[in-house]
Amino acid sequence: MRSARRFFARLINFVTRRRDDERLREEIEEHIALQTEESIRAGISPSEARRKAVLKFGGVEGVKEEYREQRGLVFLETWLRDLSYAARMLRKSPSFTAVAILTLAVAIGANAVVFSIMNALILNPLHVPNAKTLYAIQRGDEASLSQSYPDYVDLRDRNRSLEGLAAANGAMAGLDAGGNPARVWLYEVSGNYFDVLGIQPYLGRLIHESDERGPNSAPYIVLSYAYWHNHFGDDRGVVGRVVQLNKHAFTIVGVAPPDFHGTLAFFNPDLYLPIVNVEQVEAQNQLNDRGSRWVFMTLGHLKPGVTFPQAVEDLNSIGSYLEKTYPNEDGKRTFTLARPSLYGDYLGKPMRAFMTALMLLAGLILLAACANLGTLFAARAADRSREVALRLALGASRTRILRQLFTEALLLSALGGVVGIWASAWVLRGLSAWQPFARYPIRLEVTPDANVYGVAVLLTLASGFLFGAVPVRQVLHTDPYEIVKSGSPGKVGRWMSLRDAVLVFEIAICAVLVTSSFVAVRGLARSLHSNFGFDPQNVILADTDLSMAGYTAQSAPIMQRRMIDALESVPGLQSVGLIDAAPLAAGGFNGALAFTDQTSDLRASNAAAHAYMFSISPGYFDAAGTALLSGRTFTWHDDKNAPPVAVINQEFARRVFGSVQNGVGRYFKKRDGTRVQVVGIVGDGKYTSVTEDAEPAMFVPVMQSPLTQTYLVVRSNRDAGQVVTAVRNAVHGLDSGLPLYIEPWSRAMDAPLFGPRMATLSLGVLGGMGALLSTTGIFGLAAYLVSKRKRELGIRMALGAERKEVLQAALGRAFKLLLFGSAAGLLLGILASRVLAFIVYQATPRDPVVLAGAVLAMSFVGLLATWIPAQRALSVDPLILMREE
Amino acid sequence: MRDAKDKTDVQQGTLALMVLKTLDVLGPLHGYGIARRIEQISGGLLAVNQGTLYPVLLKLEQEGAIASEWGASENNRRARFYKLTRTGRKMLQAETQGWEQTAAIIARFMGAKAEDLT
Repeated sequence: MRSARRFFARLINFVTRRRDDERLREEIEEHIALQTEESIRAGISPSEARRKAVLKFGGVEGVKEEYREQRGLVFLETWLRDLSYAARMLRKSPSFTAVAILTLAVAIGANAVVFSIMNALILNPLHVPNAKTLYAIQRGDEASLSQSYPDYVDLRDRNRSLEGLAAANGAMAGLDAGGNPARVWLYEVSGNYFDVLGIQPYLGRLIHESDERGPNSAPYIVLSYAYWHNHFGDDRGVVGRVVQLNKHAFTIVGVAPPDFHGTLAFFNPDLYLPIVNVEQVEAQNQLNDRGSRWVFMTLGHLKPGVTFPQAVEDLNSIGSYLEKTYPNEDGKRTFTLARPSLYGDYLGKPMRAFMTALMLLAGLILLAACANLGTLFAARAADRSREVALRLALGASRTRILRQLFTEALLLSALGGVVGIWASAWVLRGLSAWQPFARYPIRLEVTPDANVYGVAVLLTLASGFLFGAVPVRQVLHTDPYEIVKSGSPGKVGRWMSLRDAVLVFEIAICAVLVTSSFVAVRGLARSLHSNFGFDPQNVILADTDLSMAGYTAQSAPIMQRRMIDALESVPGLQSVGLIDAAPLAAGGFNGALAFTDQTSDLRASNAAAHAYMFSISPGYFDAAGTALLSGRTFTWHDDKNAPPVAVINQEFARRVFGSVQNGVGRYFKKRDGTRVQVVGIVGDGKYTSVTEDAEPAMFVPVMQSPLTQTYLVVRSNRDAGQVVTAVRNAVHGLDSGLPLYIEPWSRAMDAPLFGPRMATLSLGVLGGMGALLSTTGIFGLAAYLVSKRKRELGIRMALGAERKEVLQAALGRAFKLLLFGSAAGLLLGILASRVLAFIVYQATPRDPVVLAGAVLAMSFVGLLATWIPAQRALSVDPLILMREE
Repeated sequence: MRDAKDKTDVQQGTLALMVLKTLDVLGPLHGYGIARRIEQISGGLLAVNQGTLYPVLLKLEQEGAIASEWGASENNRRARFYKLTRTGRKMLQAETQGWEQTAAIIARFMGAKAEDLT
């Protein structure tokens, strides 16, 4: 209590310090005057009396010092004094300060950005209450969250470990709210979806379990806040309005809250509607089909007190019940739990690995920056060794001097941190607003929160202490007598050793970064030039879903045939084809199990292959540029009345028939027992992503497996704009109400290439930063060495040294360090690239181009960094230098 | 270094108690007056280094034990007068008690003979 009171009194005094000094001075004067008067009264001469009074009072300065210590906050005062001194020192060397702040800002900013993305994607992805206990049910044997609807219902009703199990499926539909029908992305959700998640409506009401009364019983729509804001202009009167969705009447019942974007971290749907109405959206009803796993994800909160293993065990007991009861519909049904935000382990695993790697690399950048500044700091401390020695000789304690140095380091890191955080907030705002694809509602909300700022501040402080600590040993070993006597900081070589080590370490880190960015870039370049199994150049894709205009699977093929006929009559188009989902462009693909002809027990576990299944028109292979290796393609006569046929790819032939040869003419069986004859074989291709391994695929005639989802594939050498117009006119001439999305195939491939591109971009940026940091690091050292040894160089030149010798004397050391560091870094980089190979496709460090590139880059860095110091060393004029001293 | 500091701490403690007692007995006084009385009564404690009194006065004032205000001294000059506050009086009582107890214990100890301890 007493000390708290004293603290506040001192705090006040600290602010009003001047008056107190005045008061003490006055009191001392009064004291001495009174004492003097008394002595005079006792008969002592006035001057003697005053002398005695002063003696008796004691050391005035000591009292003042003690008084001041008693009065104010000493540590705060010294600290402020240190701070203003540090500020003055930094102002005195503006180029050093600018380089240091910039280096730190870049490093801290990079860390803040990476951490922010990690925070948004992995640590804190969903804005729902109690996100920590929210799990999705994942298949035990594959990274997939999808289930069939009947399985979902069984899991929902039989489990004892989850507080309700909700389901959601993503889909696309045409929404007509009076005006042009527009395509929207939506979630088909189970009735309990919002209640399981604990979401409250922003407007109106949400969907509830009581809405579900059988198929197509709940024609209700809940809008997302963003869609309501952008397309309904914040009109609060939308609740109750009836709109047309795929030509079916739906009533808008409410608007979801602004911060709710569904249960994936980056896919923001425009609206939500009950999953029981799925038939009206997708033109087919699979609510009773246990064999089709079309429900995208099922999720729920763990009950309190139920542990993760208990819940998994509970789900697996349901799984074995399902396996036993329905052996024919689906294969093994083992389950586990995973986070829904990145679709379980499907994206979660690679994303976690990638973000961890990125965070590590960003950490290395910060470490390199600290090493960089540490060496510069040590050099400055060496330059100031005279000052330090003088202060030591005058009685300053070493802690006092170290505190001064740390204050300077922390001031610098704080400035760098502020700039870095500001810059990262700017970058992150841009990232949050960025929609990489016009087609998909993909958005990454990475607005920095308290976590991000906390981490950035922590990193700032840590880096300040880290690089501030480099010159500590140097100061502790300063011998004031030696330095004051000799006038120079003694031998140059000795204190350099620690600095050398730090610099080598830094260059090694940077070489690692440069190497890994080269590995990533090479990997991307390779995957871009790999064989897709089709040629996207000069091809326009027009995609639509005929169900949006009210067609069913039965009526779709007629319309599809008419569209192709219409396009074929357009002049200038080379070939026209149709596929239900274009490879590397569509969002989802159909799959089918294939059995050998000999298999009689058609259960899933006996399948020879789980293959992609594409429904195509006869002209597709021509239009896509897919080479037919043997056999024939389809004709329009391969329809419902003809025997079932298929064209397969090489991988399919290998898996089902054991070899590619003699595949044509043979049969395989589908799940339902249909025998399908192979009529042709095409080359392997890429279907979902450029990084996938060869996958089996079968192509079937669209007339035999009709689907409403349609990609028109149009190949033409004409200008893309003209083709787009021609295609739109032709299709709308047949049905003006059909929403179409037209774009070149190469642009549609942006989506599957997005991941590898972003990975390469981020690694490239980090590599660039690494190169930049090692350049400034070596530059700092080289420039310092040259300026230190100017006199020596002058003497050498005066004595007739060659340019080469001068350069070697001046920069030999810097080059040697660069060599050591680069070699070590290259080696480490090659080792680290093994890790990278998991993330970046076809990343192999043993690629001569990568090695040569990294070596070349590091030599370039060395050349760039030593160029100016070398020029300075060569331009030393011995005459001027000699005269100076 | 450490010893010297400890000594000043002890001295400051006793000095503070003396200041409180002086003000309790004599009422408001200025710095010189307090120094003078302490010198007289203690027999030379403040015969030299009278200045050390002022940091002690400041500390006591910060703790709220004494209050100060400007007034006129005997020769009609501006001087700072210190007086005891209620907190100071309580503090004095508590510390006096503590001192008496300690002193009694020490006295008993010092007066102890061998037979008392067996």
